Amino acid sequence: MILDKTLAKEIIAKRVAKELKKGQLVNLGIGLPTLVANYVPKEMNITFESENGMVGMAQMASSGENDPDIINAGGEYVTLLPQGAFFDSSTSFALIRGGHVDVAVLGALEVDEEGNLANWIVPNKIVPGMGGAMDLAIGAQKIIVAMQHTGKGKHKIVKKYALPLTAKAQVDLIVTELCVIDVTNDGLLLKEIHKDTTIDEIKFLTDADLIIPDNLKIMDI
Amino acid sequence: MNKLVKSTDLKRIFKDDMTIMIGGFLDCGTPENIIDMLVDLNIKNLTIISNDTAFPNKGIGKLIVNGQVSKVIASHIGTNPETGKKMSSGELKVELSPQGTLIERIRAAGSGLGGVLTPTGLGTIVEEGKKKITIDGKEYLLELPLSADVSLIKGSVVDEFGNTFYRAATKNFNPYMAMAAKTVIVEAENLVKCEDLKRDTIMTPGVLVDYIVKEVA
Repeated sequence: MILDKTLAKEIIAKRVAKELKKGQLVNLGIGLPTLVANYVPKEMNITFESENGMVGMAQMASSGENDPDIINAGGEYVTLLPQGAFFDSSTSFALIRGGHVDVAVLGALEVDEEGNLANWIVPNKIVPGMGGAMDLAIGAQKIIVAMQHTGKGKHKIVKKYALPLTAKAQVDLIVTELCVIDVTNDGLLLKEIHKDTTIDEIKFLTDADLIIPDNLKIMDI
Repeated sequence: MNKLVKSTDLKRIFKDDMTIMIGGFLDCGTPENIIDMLVDLNIKNLTIISNDTAFPNKGIGKLIVNGQVSKVIASHIGTNPETGKKMSSGELKVELSPQGTLIERIRAAGSGLGGVLTPTGLGTIVEEGKKKITIDGKEYLLELPLSADVSLIKGSVVDEFGNTFYRAATKNFNPYMAMAAKTVIVEAENLVKCEDLKRDTIMTPGVLVDYIVKEVA
């Protein structure tokens, strides 16, 4: 078990970064998913998109050089690459819904055996709104969920969702600090596990049934 | 026609119970001066259509905190805890629309369309009460147009006729809200003569703009 949260997030971000392919257009959700950018080598030529209206988003603006007209979807001051572009929200969501975004990396409250995703509301508790998450979840070509394996001692990878959904059967891959899980038509396939965990531990921390293949690998980070 | 007015001259336009669209994403591209005027005016029972409710002390958030809003139609309210509190206490109704759907509903109203068909929200609580339509074997939700009495827009460079350029990430909802209301008011960060704004950079044609207010820093 990996108890240190910072380390857990670093493992997740590093592993997700390895899923990205050269030249892809990628949206990183708010929170943990934004860390992925730290582990993507420049020569991969990944273009990051922010749904408030830009592609080619680069690093955070250094303090004192904030441009109030250039924020990302999390409200942070960012910068733009020379080849980047700004556009309005209709164009931004046409890119997203229209399948032009290759990968979206999203956080989650729950993912279930059918790849159903819940990440926008805990009724009567947290009601922030879905923002762009529903459009991203149905529109991007590949959906990677990047999240800690459990939350506040509760299962997050479940048999059947209980929270209101963000999108139905859209998740392709789940990356946690303990393992990598492929969402297949037959169910959740455990592809890789972290070197410091065991299959038994993962099963204990996962409510959903897992398919354990013969060629289970150690997580590549 | 002289469209240039002081924000205080606009007071006669606003009344209780109005529906107002306000441009911006968080506080980026939001007409802060006009919002401050609305806070002074203290009109009540407003329906606000916007991407979000910004922060308690910034942008649209100020109207929420001041208790002037009875309904919000937005995609996200998480950055302003006051919105959540007032929603829980029943003081404020919140209709959440996915961001890509919200902008298309506004675009539909401004472009004379009867609605939009989107796959976003299928299989979620967003589909409740909405018509589903199948096109070529694929299911979509019918989302209806959203219009307003007044739209409040923020332009980076605006000429005296109201032609508007939106810099960087301030575009967001602004160009579409400028088409979806009976009265359109633009707050100009920089106000220039017509000859000083390149015609090719205009994103909102001035014919859509009724009033221009110069931003006071």
